[in-house]
Amino acid sequence: MSTYLVKRLTYMIIILFAASLLIFCLYAFTPGDFISGNLKLSPERKEELRQIYGLNKPVLERYAIWMKNAFHGNFGYSLAQQKPVLQLFNEYIWNSFLLAIVSTFFTWLISVIIGVIAAYKQYSLFDSLIMVIIFAAMSIPSFFIGLLLIKGFAVDLKWLPPGGMTTTGSNATGLAYVKEVIQHMALPVMVMTLLSLGSLTRYFRSNMIDVIKQDYIRTARAKGLKERKVLFTHALRNALLPAITLVGFELPGLFGGSLIIEKIFNWPGIGQLYMSSFSSRDYPLLMGFTMFIAILTVIGTLLSDLLYKLADPRVKL
Amino acid sequence: MSAVSGNLASGGAKTPVKAPVAKSSLWRQSIRRLMRNKLAVSGFVTVVFMILLCFIGPLFSPYSGNHNNLAMMNKPPSAQHWLGTDKLGRDILTRVMLAGRISLTVGFASMVLSVFIGSLLGAIAGYYRGVVDQIIMRIADLLLTIPSLPLLFIAGAMLSAWKVPTDYRMYIVMLMLSVVGWPGLARLVRGEMLSLREREYMQATIVLGLRDRRKLFHHLLPNITPLLIVIATLNIGGSILMESVLSFFGLGVIQPTPTWGNMIDAANNLIDFQERPWLWVPPGLCIFITVIAINIFGDGLRDVLDPKHKR
Amino acid sequence: MASHLLDIEHLSTYFYTEEGTVKAVDDVSLQVRKGETVCIVGESGCGKSITAMSVMGLIQGPSGKVVSGKIDLEGTDLLKLNRNERRVIRGKEIGMIFQEPMSSLNPVLTIGQQIMEPLIEHLRMSKKEARKRAIELIEQVGISRAEQIANSYPHELSGGMLQRIMIAIAISCEPKLLIADEPTTALDVTIQAQILDILRNFREETGMSILLITHDLGVVAEMADYVIVMYSGKVVEEGEVTELFANPRHPYTQGLLKAKPILNQRQDELYSIPGQVPNPLDLTESCYFHDRCEHCLEICKVQAPELQELGTEQKVACWLYEKEATARV
Repeated sequence: MSTYLVKRLTYMIIILFAASLLIFCLYAFTPGDFISGNLKLSPERKEELRQIYGLNKPVLERYAIWMKNAFHGNFGYSLAQQKPVLQLFNEYIWNSFLLAIVSTFFTWLISVIIGVIAAYKQYSLFDSLIMVIIFAAMSIPSFFIGLLLIKGFAVDLKWLPPGGMTTTGSNATGLAYVKEVIQHMALPVMVMTLLSLGSLTRYFRSNMIDVIKQDYIRTARAKGLKERKVLFTHALRNALLPAITLVGFELPGLFGGSLIIEKIFNWPGIGQLYMSSFSSRDYPLLMGFTMFIAILTVIGTLLSDLLYKLADPRVKL
Repeated sequence: MSAVSGNLASGGAKTPVKAPVAKSSLWRQSIRRLMRNKLAVSGFVTVVFMILLCFIGPLFSPYSGNHNNLAMMNKPPSAQHWLGTDKLGRDILTRVMLAGRISLTVGFASMVLSVFIGSLLGAIAGYYRGVVDQIIMRIADLLLTIPSLPLLFIAGAMLSAWKVPTDYRMYIVMLMLSVVGWPGLARLVRGEMLSLREREYMQATIVLGLRDRRKLFHHLLPNITPLLIVIATLNIGGSILMESVLSFFGLGVIQPTPTWGNMIDAANNLIDFQERPWLWVPPGLCIFITVIAINIFGDGLRDVLDPKHKR
Repeated sequence: MASHLLDIEHLSTYFYTEEGTVKAVDDVSLQVRKGETVCIVGESGCGKSITAMSVMGLIQGPSGKVVSGKIDLEGTDLLKLNRNERRVIRGKEIGMIFQEPMSSLNPVLTIGQQIMEPLIEHLRMSKKEARKRAIELIEQVGISRAEQIANSYPHELSGGMLQRIMIAIAISCEPKLLIADEPTTALDVTIQAQILDILRNFREETGMSILLITHDLGVVAEMADYVIVMYSGKVVEEGEVTELFANPRHPYTQGLLKAKPILNQRQDELYSIPGQVPNPLDLTESCYFHDRCEHCLEICKVQAPELQELGTEQKVACWLYEKEATARV
């Protein structure tokens, strides 16, 4: 167990190191920077600023400085917002997390239920209908369905706000504030749930179909248990077991926000922060964000492996 | 010869005598089973329809994609312009069809590229193992670690900054999509290879003393072809979606070359978004219809070709 | 006739596949008396398991279906019951054990939980009572350290232990009929004898009937009162065990008995019935055994023989005995 962990952790660190170098170089070689994009500055002032931010140094030296600071917990300073990158992350990340956790909850709930029923009624009309809907959900461009919903529910019907997290100029507190946020969340959560519903439902459905064919399900039926009990106690438990590995893979999505959806719904999350920093070429923030997702991805993968081994009593490390 | 055909006729069946080549009859059998899946067939028909519409449709259109008509600006759908016109008076239907050419081509070509790179590298890694495997798979791991959307955004930004001509951008976008697409594929193919290697008939090729290249291309790769076909099909849908995202944000193929993605960009204009849905809804629906058709068809293919994935 | 616990008449169970209809069970009739052990014998794929599953009501649609017949359990036709009434009979009136104990128990639930379930469901026991009873049952099937076993998971036990647990589950509600589908096939020979012992003891203690499905004639000789031989979904011969073993009529039964190696009579070559079980998809009107039969007549190829009574409690479906049978009438 411990040698396995040590091996995994070492590999993780090497991969992250390589990723950081690649990410840094990519941003470093992207033409244009925060300073040259700003038309208000005189050439002399630009040169001066470049000196201050160390943008004139060779790429590798800048990388070394970046990494050194990163090891001290300093991921740089956002040029556009004039705040430390980490502080900005902390401000925005929880908004992203709120959106992600709610939609993840709905996604899992709905896909487990639909997956179980569809598997139980395999090849029925309900099953075929569900499969088509699932394919539909998997085939819509995220930004397009976002736009359609805004147009429908916010612009035409005026049932829900078109974007943001609170109404502009509102200073509601307490329950009124919660209600306002929920109203603003409704559409983005709907889109995010819809988009991730497809693959998870398919996953549960095929897991359930495999499980239902097992001998122990026949035993459970031979015992005269109610079909509901057979499905939910005997089958679902076994079908959920492998899904535990997915929890790890959800990690980047939970904290990393969603670039497209947050942008479309103008949700003040970390994804939108990235998108707005992208146009102003705020490199420290962009690099910090990309690196952050990479770290989450690596940790998530490790978490998945460990969870799987923990969940299944038959697998030993 | 006539005796044979006579026998066949008396048998009443049109199927030829038991195919001497097992392989071809296996394929035929798969196709027959696929034809029985109505959903998959309708998916295929839809895809073919969209391809025909986009590639042949514009030839029958009285309008050209880039012809401005200032007298007919921002007109809603009518008998003359079935899907209306845009701010330069261009016919939306014609532009949607022309955009489809680009979007479909990009989707298809980047699939071909990433499947080619992915399966080749995956096969090599799985076959040779050792150092080659290590190098290839570590690069794949690295690329899978870095989130692909920011990666594509950076690449798109580079294109814009270097002022790559719009006609060339399309090809570079294909390349970009396959760069982020191949690692997952390579991993999959490698896994298949590793398990195939252990099978008895591969042991037999070692006994027979076949050469590496022959083993790889004549014995191993053909065995994963069904799987590759399935993945490739589903991959087209993913590529079309990816391209649309990039182009929507102005980082993929950009105007005046129309793609479905960059046509939806009209929605970024508040008035167009609220008042003129005919500008941005049709291309979005085209993406949706095409991708869902491809996915349904691909899933039908999977049922037929991938034995491990029985529905 | 009143002493029949189970009376199956003209049962047919079909499976509808892409390639065609499989008549897995084709017009099968059989009876089980109270306290009696009936064995169904036959090669794999002859429909013996499907017969058992049909009795249990575990044939899964839409591909499989009991198309006709009657399954009377103490005068109630099971096929006329609704799904819920059917379910209540399962586990309570009829218990069943299966061939593969390793995969027949749920890997994520403890042994105790799995024994408790039918007790709670059918006997309305509280959790506490059910657990107490479960531990007694574990002891009854000859496992010591019952408390500890109740808390363990299936993967921690051996195949023989698990089959005992399966028996404990099947008899937990004291069913009138126990169906055992190849209960010893997957087990070591020494364990096989123990499992059979347990089954026999329970039958003597409780007076339940057993429908034992097996392809092992050794098991038949040891357990059965009455034997039913099936071939390709049909009953080809049936009779009292001693009678049938002493005087097998159907060429298939003769072949089966001949194929069984006998201790101390080492033959140079083991006998096996030539040919293979026919593909259930291309069965045509004929005796399904005709192309493997040494005594095949012309009529065997075009018409299926009916099951005929041959004197004392023995029936056979074979054209060879047709004259004999009609002569008696």
